[in-house]
Amino acid sequence: MRWKTTDYSGWGRALKATGEIARPERMSALSDILSAEMAPAIGMLRSYGDAALNSSGRAIDMTRLDRMLSFDPKTGVLDVEAGARIGEIAAAFAPRGWLPAVMPGTGFATVGGCIAQDVHGKNHHHAGSFCQHVLSLTLQQEAGTVEVTPEKTPELFRATAGGLGQTGVILSARLRLMPCKGDVMVVTERRIEDWDEFLALLDSSEATYTVGWLDATAKGTALGRGILEEGETGSGLMPKKVKYRKVPFNAPKFALSKPVVRMFNNAYFRRVPDSGRTVVRPIGDFFFPLDKIHDWNRLYGKRGFHQFQCVVPIASAPALRGMLEAIAHSGLASPLAVLKRMGPGRAGYLSFPMEGYTLAVDFRNTAEARELIQRLEDMTAAAGGRIYFAKDSLARSHGVSGMYSEQENWCKAVEKADPAGHLATDLVRRLKLRSGA
Amino acid sequence: MNSTWIILGATSAMARAFARKVSAEGAAVLLAGRDMEDLNAIAADCSLRGARLAEAIAFDARQSKGFAALIDRMEAEEGQLNAAVFVGSMPEQSAIDADPALIDGVVTDSYTGPAKFLQMLAPLMDARGGGTVVGVGSVAGDRGRIGNYVYGSAKAGFHTYLSGLRNRLTRAGGHVVTVKPGFVDTGMTWGLPGMFLVASPDAVAADIHKAVAKRRNTIYTPFFWRFIMLIIIHIPEFIFKKMKI
Repeated sequence: MRWKTTDYSGWGRALKATGEIARPERMSALSDILSAEMAPAIGMLRSYGDAALNSSGRAIDMTRLDRMLSFDPKTGVLDVEAGARIGEIAAAFAPRGWLPAVMPGTGFATVGGCIAQDVHGKNHHHAGSFCQHVLSLTLQQEAGTVEVTPEKTPELFRATAGGLGQTGVILSARLRLMPCKGDVMVVTERRIEDWDEFLALLDSSEATYTVGWLDATAKGTALGRGILEEGETGSGLMPKKVKYRKVPFNAPKFALSKPVVRMFNNAYFRRVPDSGRTVVRPIGDFFFPLDKIHDWNRLYGKRGFHQFQCVVPIASAPALRGMLEAIAHSGLASPLAVLKRMGPGRAGYLSFPMEGYTLAVDFRNTAEARELIQRLEDMTAAAGGRIYFAKDSLARSHGVSGMYSEQENWCKAVEKADPAGHLATDLVRRLKLRSGA
Repeated sequence: MNSTWIILGATSAMARAFARKVSAEGAAVLLAGRDMEDLNAIAADCSLRGARLAEAIAFDARQSKGFAALIDRMEAEEGQLNAAVFVGSMPEQSAIDADPALIDGVVTDSYTGPAKFLQMLAPLMDARGGGTVVGVGSVAGDRGRIGNYVYGSAKAGFHTYLSGLRNRLTRAGGHVVTVKPGFVDTGMTWGLPGMFLVASPDAVAADIHKAVAKRRNTIYTPFFWRFIMLIIIHIPEFIFKKMKI
C-alpha cells in the first residue's frame, strides 16, 4: 500500500496536519495495513477541529470502504461499511420508506465518523443519538477484529460510541433505520421574535424534526430572534434538481464582515412571512442544507473558521442567553447559528448530548473570535454544560476537564483497547483526554 | 430496464462507481474480477442500490480458459447485453526495465485479455441486435512517453481494437464507447508524484454513463484532456523525443 504525504485539515480549516495517509480500496488492503501497524481512521474530514488529524503519525482514509452490505426490510437493519456516507444511505433508502434514524447536519459524514462522535440530529429530543441505533459494530483492534454490541460488550461499546476512534478502527456497523413516509419533507417555518419565545416554542414543539436558526447579530429586545423549522417526512413528487455549486476560491474578508452578515441575517429572517409558512422540500435540503454548496468552508477565507457548540442543562438556559448576548455584542458571528432542544439520549461515555439546549455558532478565525470562544467555553463549564469535540478546535485540557462525567470509564476502556496509544489524534493529545480528567 | 452489464475489473474505483450508476437504473450487473470477497461486497451494494440482479464472478484477464463460462452466464440473461472493461495494469517503467518479461502481463491485462473476451461476446451481441461495450483505455495510449510506454502501447492497441469492434457491432445495432481517462483518483494513482487535475472516479463514471446514453464514440474524461492530448499529439517528434512529460 502506498502512503501519500499530504496536508489536510478539519472542516474549519483553522487546524492543519501534515502526514502520511493510506486509502485502502478493499477490506483486504485495510487488514494488511492494520496488521503491520495500527493508525487512526479518518473519513470525510467533516469534524471542524482536529478530531480527524494526526500530525505525529499516519492515518487511514476509510472513504473508499463504503459499501452497503445487507438490509432486512422486515426489521430495517442495514449492515454497512464505515466509509459510507449518511447522505448516500438516505438517498438510497428514503424512496423505499427508510431513513437513518439519526442524521447529522451534513450528509457527507461517514458512518464511522457518526459513531466516533455519537452525532445527533434534528430529532434528538425523540430519537436520541446516532449510536443508540447501532445494533453492533465491527472493530479492528491490534489483536484482531471484535464484534461490539451494547449488550455483550457494554463497556467497549460505550467507549466506542462517541469515543473519537480511540478503541479501534471501525470497519462496519449494523444500523437500525427508521421508517419514513418518503423522500420529501413538509416543513413549517415560523418567525421567532425573541429568546423567551424561542425557548417556549422549542420546548412545546411536537414535530419529529425541530431546529432553530438564530440571528446571532440581533441585540436588545430582538436578542434571540430567528426562525423555527419543524419538519415531517412525506411522500410525493418533487423535481430532481441536483445542482451543486462550488465556492471556487477563498472568499475575501468583507464577505462575512459585520454589515454583510447583518444584512444577510435580516433578509434571511424576513424571507419567512410574518404569519409563518409551510413548504415542501426535498429531503436533502432539509437535513443537509449546506451540502449543495461544496467547499462552503472557503467562504471564511484561507485562515478558516471556528465553530463553537455547547449544550447546557435546561436550568442553565439563562446562562445560554448570556452567551448569546456576548456573541451578539461582539458582532463576530457569521450567519450560521443554530439553537436546538436536546433530549437525554446518549450512547457512550464521551457522547456530547445531555438534556438541555444546544447552541452552535460559526466565527471567522480571528484573534477576537478565539478570545470570545475561550470565554464562551468558560461560561459553558460554569453552567454545567459541555462543548462538542466534533466542533472544537480551541479548548485547552483544563477547560474541558469535568465536562464529561464518565471520562474515567472511557480512559480505562481505551487504555485496554489501545494501550500503546497508536490511535491518538491531535484532538486527543491537545485535550489530554486519554490521561483522565 | 431489461439490460445486463458485465463489468470486467469491477473492484477498481471507476468500475465500482459505474456499477452503482447502472444499478440505480435497475440493470443486472455481473461483477467480474479476482478478489471474490470484495466483489461480493460490491454485489451486495449494487443490489441495495437497485440492481435487478448483482452477482460476483471470477475473472482473470490472464486466464482466457475461464472466459467461456462468463459468456455462458451472460447468455442466460435475457435482453440487451453490455460489457464494460476496466482492467489494465501499469507496473513502474523501471520494474519493466529490470524485467522485460513483465510486458506480457501488461499487454494481457490491458489489451489482449479483454479483447479476447469481447471477441467471444461479439457474436452474442450481434445476435441480440444491440448492446454497448465500454472500453476504458487511457490518454497514455495516445502517444508513447518515456514514463509508461509499455502500458501506453498496450492501451493504444486496445483503442485500435475498440475502433474496429465499433465498426463491426454497429452493423447489428450495437455500439462501442472508447473512454480515455486522464488522471483519476484511484488506488493506482494514490500518492504518485506529479499528479494534477485529478478527477474523482464518480465524475469519470458519470461521464461514461452519459456517453453510453448518447452513443458517443470516443470520450476523454474529464473533457479537457482532449485538448491536452491534442497538443501532445501534435508536438513534432524531433522535439517530443527529447521531452520528459
